[in-house]
Amino acid sequence: MVLPLVSRWSARVLWASPGWRRTYTQRACVGLKRLGCPRGVYSPLAHRAYSVVAGGPEVTLTPERYPVQRLPFSTVSEEDLAAFECIIPGRVITDPEQLQTCNVDWLKTVRGCSKVLLRPQTSEEVSQILRHCYKRNLAVNPQGGNTGMVGGSVPVFDEVILSTALMNQVISFHDVSGILVCQAGCVLEELSRYVQERDFIMPLDLGAKGSCHIGGNVATNAGGLRFLRYGSLRGTVLGLEVVLADGTILNCLTSLRKDNTGYDLKQMFIGSEGTLGVITAVSIVCPPRPKAVNVAFLGCPGFAEVLQTFRTCRGMLGEILSAFEFMDTECMQLVGQHLQLTNPVQESPFYVLVETSGSSAGHDAEKLTNVLEQVLNSGLVTDGTMATDQRKVQMLWALRERITEALSRDGYVFKYDLSLPVERLYDLVIDLRTRLGPRAKHVVGYGHLGDGNLHLNVTAEAFSRELLGALEPYVYAWTAEQRGSVSAEHGLGFKKKDVLGYSKPPVAVTLMQQLKAMLDPEGILNPYKTLPAQA
Amino acid sequence: MAELRALVAVKRVIDFAVKIRVKPDKSGVVTDGVKHSMNPFCEIAVEEAVRLKEKKLVKEIIAVSCGPSQCQETIRTALAMGADRGIHVEIPGAQAESLGPLQVARVLAKLAEKEKVDLLFLGKQAIDDDCNQTGQMTAGLLDWPQGTFASQVTLEGDKVKVEREIDGGLETLRLKLPAVVTADLRLNEPRYATLPNIMEAKQPFLLDLSDLGQCKLWISV
Repeated sequence: MVLPLVSRWSARVLWASPGWRRTYTQRACVGLKRLGCPRGVYSPLAHRAYSVVAGGPEVTLTPERYPVQRLPFSTVSEEDLAAFECIIPGRVITDPEQLQTCNVDWLKTVRGCSKVLLRPQTSEEVSQILRHCYKRNLAVNPQGGNTGMVGGSVPVFDEVILSTALMNQVISFHDVSGILVCQAGCVLEELSRYVQERDFIMPLDLGAKGSCHIGGNVATNAGGLRFLRYGSLRGTVLGLEVVLADGTILNCLTSLRKDNTGYDLKQMFIGSEGTLGVITAVSIVCPPRPKAVNVAFLGCPGFAEVLQTFRTCRGMLGEILSAFEFMDTECMQLVGQHLQLTNPVQESPFYVLVETSGSSAGHDAEKLTNVLEQVLNSGLVTDGTMATDQRKVQMLWALRERITEALSRDGYVFKYDLSLPVERLYDLVIDLRTRLGPRAKHVVGYGHLGDGNLHLNVTAEAFSRELLGALEPYVYAWTAEQRGSVSAEHGLGFKKKDVLGYSKPPVAVTLMQQLKAMLDPEGILNPYKTLPAQA
Repeated sequence: MAELRALVAVKRVIDFAVKIRVKPDKSGVVTDGVKHSMNPFCEIAVEEAVRLKEKKLVKEIIAVSCGPSQCQETIRTALAMGADRGIHVEIPGAQAESLGPLQVARVLAKLAEKEKVDLLFLGKQAIDDDCNQTGQMTAGLLDWPQGTFASQVTLEGDKVKVEREIDGGLETLRLKLPAVVTADLRLNEPRYATLPNIMEAKQPFLLDLSDLGQCKLWISV
């Protein structure tokens, strides 16, 4: 694989950063990225994506693995293709090889059989496409970076894939207010770079930043690593431009912080997972870039100590605390085994990553040092390390951000993303380990402790219905008993559409279905997902 | 063998990940409020010294830095990584601007003689000026052998075997101690400083002030 010529100096300095090889291959993989290959794909894996086409291990088609019937939508005809070609000349893709990657999700757990991929560049084109599909009763699957965790970003059957990959322009950025207006297909990492050059940062950050689109983030109300400090997209998104199912363009793309004129329509589309409308532009407020970022990586002897450390950090760090993540020792083993990342501290049952962001390096360092002294001396933490320079900060974050990647290399992953009372966050993991025994390869727990969000993952050599049966609905019932959420931030997508009942009362579900019927009477937007089929 | 003592010179530079901005009056680059950290190559040099100490080949590591008071942070990082003592050669802000490799080399040469060290480790170059001169000049002033661009360092009795990266490939030298070694990228991967060490390094360390007067003389070139 030909590596692009990166300047020697930056190459030499990049080597130490965890993503350096990725950064290299990423630039060479631009072609692959446009097809939706996630950032975590090293060059060998990238080749595997091609070998899938050549006949490597293929993912089972969704309708063969899950009980789902195709609804009576029309099928794409030659006339439809001609009509699409008229609207977006040269950007109608029907080549099976190129469609391969867009039909499979990042976790390689669901696969559709769409025959058409459309790549509009403007909202007007999206509107015309949807108008046509609405008239012809063609199902549409909006697709961003294809990094979703619940099978919501790929077709279930032969829905037309509407990709935002070419809608990647920044429309405007106001450098006093920090309000960014951009199209929905901008990659989060690119936006981060753009605003960082102007001394701001994006209010959200996630492991998939190299591939995910801001439109997709908004459509799924993504949480991420900065949630603790900057809050949800429901607060930071100021306006949206959405194309409705019948092609109507709803332009609520305001840049105003305060606007109490009528019902707040954008909140309906945030987190709607592409089922109520296709988001085509986003207006988001960006916080100023912190001058000082410190990261501490700590080892704790038990979960009770992790909780105590959290309380201590929150109390003593106060407003500069910007992230508090935890992971267990199995996660560390997996990133060490599959990604060769070294453990910076001695082996501990739990690891905690604490990040502070503030405007004064001295002030923050002093606060953090005090906290660390306190937790170290009181035995809450057995070992730890601190990083102030960018390179080390990135290396420590990689240990937490790349757990998902390591898990997907371990085998088939059953992923659960739950909101639970923080004291009981880890109990489910222990419970499942006993319950599943040797049937599961690894049962790991990690996540955003500060938000009460557990990412529970169970890996196995291959998908097994028996293991799925042992997990579901046990995990959901357990969560419902704790009055938690069966999907804290990943959304419902395809895999969890039938379980929202564990976290929402029947009246709520009915109202959601009514809203869906009102905005999309034919049900062409992302069918088979998010809401259970109406009785 | 465990009687060897090493001196490691570390430099405080603008963090490599920071985007450099030129001052509006074009007199230099913006350094106020900008994130600084230890020069990456100096980090590698410290790491190598610490590894030799762990192998019980080196008894004591002294970290030294020349510059304004903020250099103490850099020395503390070196201490947290495993150095035993720190020496801060205080150069006030204004004079620090005109501090170059020759001046630093003079300071290091005097210190190396005074502390009677057997090994002087440095990074091959600093990422702010890319001079790649300090190590070589120090060796010249001390009349010590030098192994620059080291990608592997092995102690063999009273000699040090240095494998260096040169244009044509790799060159192996055997230098009689005392010697100067400058670290290149692939020498090692620096460790994370552990919390207990970081805490210890926060304690005030011995500031060697005796050289101050002499240093002032050399700086005013």
